[in-house]
Amino acid sequence: MRRYVIKRLAQAVGVLWAAYTVSFLVLDFLPGDPVSAMAGAGMDSGQVDPARIAALRHEYGFDKPVLAQYADHLGRALRGDFGDAVSTGRPVTATLADALPQTLRLTGAALLLAAVLGGGLAVLATYTSRRWLRQLLLSLPPLGVSVPTFWVGLLLVEAFSFRLHWFPAFGNDGLRGLVLPALTLAIPTGAQVAQVLAKSLLTALDQAYVETARAKGAGRWRVHLRHALRNASLPALTVVGLLVGQLIAGSVVVETVFSRDGLGRVTAAAVTAQDIPLVQGVVVFGALIFVSVNLIVDLVYPLLDPRIVVASDRRAGIA
Amino acid sequence: MRALPSFGPTRRSSLTALLATGLLLTACGSGGDGSGGASGPARSGGTLTFAVGSDSGCVDPQQVGSNDTIYSVRQIVDSLTDQNPKTGKIVPWLAKSWEVSSDAKTFTFHLRSGVTFSDGSELTAQVVKDNFDAVPKLGALGTLAEGYLSGLESTTVVDPLTVKVTFEQSNAQFLQATSTHSLGIESSASVQRTPQQKCADGVIGSGPFVLKQYVQNQSITLARRTGYDWGSALWSKKGAAYLDKVVFKVVPESGVRSGSLQSGQVDAIGSVGRADEAALKGGQVTLQSRANPGVVFGLGLNNARPLLKDARVRRAIVAAVDRKQIADTVFPTGTRPATSVLAHTTPDWTDLSADLALDTAKAKSLLDAAGWKTGSDGIRAKGGKKLRLTITWFPNAATNQPALELVQQQLKAVGIDVVLKQLQVSQFSTTVQTGDYEVVWTNVTRSDPDILRSSFSTRLTNFYHLPAGSLDSVLAAQAATTDTATRAELVGQAQKLLVQNAYYVPVVELQTQLGVAKKVHGLAFDSGSRVQLHDTWIG
Repeated sequence: MRRYVIKRLAQAVGVLWAAYTVSFLVLDFLPGDPVSAMAGAGMDSGQVDPARIAALRHEYGFDKPVLAQYADHLGRALRGDFGDAVSTGRPVTATLADALPQTLRLTGAALLLAAVLGGGLAVLATYTSRRWLRQLLLSLPPLGVSVPTFWVGLLLVEAFSFRLHWFPAFGNDGLRGLVLPALTLAIPTGAQVAQVLAKSLLTALDQAYVETARAKGAGRWRVHLRHALRNASLPALTVVGLLVGQLIAGSVVVETVFSRDGLGRVTAAAVTAQDIPLVQGVVVFGALIFVSVNLIVDLVYPLLDPRIVVASDRRAGIA
Repeated sequence: MRALPSFGPTRRSSLTALLATGLLLTACGSGGDGSGGASGPARSGGTLTFAVGSDSGCVDPQQVGSNDTIYSVRQIVDSLTDQNPKTGKIVPWLAKSWEVSSDAKTFTFHLRSGVTFSDGSELTAQVVKDNFDAVPKLGALGTLAEGYLSGLESTTVVDPLTVKVTFEQSNAQFLQATSTHSLGIESSASVQRTPQQKCADGVIGSGPFVLKQYVQNQSITLARRTGYDWGSALWSKKGAAYLDKVVFKVVPESGVRSGSLQSGQVDAIGSVGRADEAALKGGQVTLQSRANPGVVFGLGLNNARPLLKDARVRRAIVAAVDRKQIADTVFPTGTRPATSVLAHTTPDWTDLSADLALDTAKAKSLLDAAGWKTGSDGIRAKGGKKLRLTITWFPNAATNQPALELVQQQLKAVGIDVVLKQLQVSQFSTTVQTGDYEVVWTNVTRSDPDILRSSFSTRLTNFYHLPAGSLDSVLAAQAATTDTATRAELVGQAQKLLVQNAYYVPVVELQTQLGVAKKVHGLAFDSGSRVQLHDTWIG
């Protein structure tokens, strides 16, 4: 078990380093730099003195060779210092720390909704013996996956905010403001959970142990929830780990549509301004969340299915 | 695993359809009620909620360049002078009077007495000096303010309420610059802070509103300054502002902004584009617009390129562009086709629409005379070389691409093949400075005609690579004269030289458009087409 954890941790560190390096290189390949981006953003206000831009570029170190910049930034990043965002002058870590709680609230609510709605749908669809209801329920997830989040968000705002006045159209205020954005984000996520869970539930229900349970006289609900669902939830759990990354990515769109503050908005603004330190901070931080969640998921597997650790330990032993 | 379908074009069209139908329905639904019609006498109190599209991450008026943020932070500071948006005349504000030396190098301001900042400190000549001393050190975000003060020799305190600003060269534009938000006067305490601190926490000003709260990417909240009694000479209300509070909400999606205004969740919105207009017409909303002063949207020609050195080719381009079609199809309703290099809201603008009329026959004969003969594909050629122009553009406004696609069609009609080349906004300054372009789509907002000198004088950066000539001396002369009539005459001459030599192809004016609920009164544009909220009240 310890060996397994150490191996996974090492992998996680590798993923973080790769995320940092790749994002650095991609940003470096982009034409321009944050200073020119700022000068360009005010292009409606007139052209900026070239000497001034050169001086500023020097001040921020954007005139140094790429490798020197990389080494410099990586060294400081290892000590937890991602520098200051060029567009605002605020420390990157502080900017992210301010935005994080909002996004956690949003993605947390969305994940919960996705699990409840998606899980509920899958259980119901596989439990019902009415063929038409099953067909109807099973056709919902593909629909949920294929409608663009952007569109769903605007549709919900239009209906529940502009016309019915139930919820505010924008802002981070309170629980009421969380409902529409969380629902928007939960729809594609919940749909994916439902798809995977429904499929594995159907597979599980064909297994011999289900027959055995039935033969022993267990009720339908008991067989469905206690026996089949427990085994079928493993693939769904894997998907949830991956979906966390998708939720964070989805927050870029949802936070923009609903005018919420959060990591998504910070990301969108940082990319537009080509604010290299801030984008790097976002990338590494996003990778950190993704890696952590998947690590947790990996560690939860053995609790659901003891065979997993045995297998990996045995493999490690042979190697 | 199943593959996800791609949402490319369908996503876009369904979204547009949704916005069009959905918002139109809303517009019908909210038509009946309301108290907009009859407006009684102006009354104090209330909160105005204003939705803007973006947050620039900075709430220091001296460092902000984006309209969405200027709308709010402008209200926190007063300027030495104000500019009448109708006449362009400079009028008193914090300075009750001023003298400009005849060479336009020295400006002496006599400050109003009894002005205090919201931290209780007094406005003195020393505070003004501290401000002007600090501006050149603002850094990356302060380039606009720094530009206004370039060539600054010294600022001296003559007596506690008199301050003298001296420049190395004649600098007639400085007087107008003192009316801008960029040179708004901040308290000594604020001036001593670093540019980053000022950005993040805001500043102490003497304006009719104080910054109550700034939540990044969310909102900027202003509260009325009690005891305010030194408003601009242009304002109708004396003393403090009407509104208790103004809340600027950041709402990036234009459809959500329009819907929020229609459904009464906000009282005013910024950046209304042509696509939003249909949804906002009727109901309890009025659209308010004003053309931005400065250099109009147009084709900035690289006059050093062999093809564009030929004045006949440049004049042909000027004659081949159908400005009205572009203004009427792409830009908000009411947008004017260019009538000069300057927009009609710029002081000393001269109407040269006769020189800018569409005349394809003239364009064709000019090109014929220049030796460019029409080929079998309709594109002209000379010596086996096609008449091809590359227009470089940047995605800083949604109207750029459709406007240029029309230009492309219009020029093709006279036999010029246009290639559109899109670059990133961050590449703008480098592209223009290195001259690595043939034609560039650009505009500049500035409420002083001296913008012609910064844009076109060959003695400065000379972004468009004009040949040195009589234009330079005219531009230099207008910067050195303090006599308004003489200056207007010189500025008129400069516009004629620019248009007649076709150094720049004026196309269309940039228009700022706001959506305002009918119950809101007195929300006025200032000379830079931004808002002034001191006289605003809710009925």
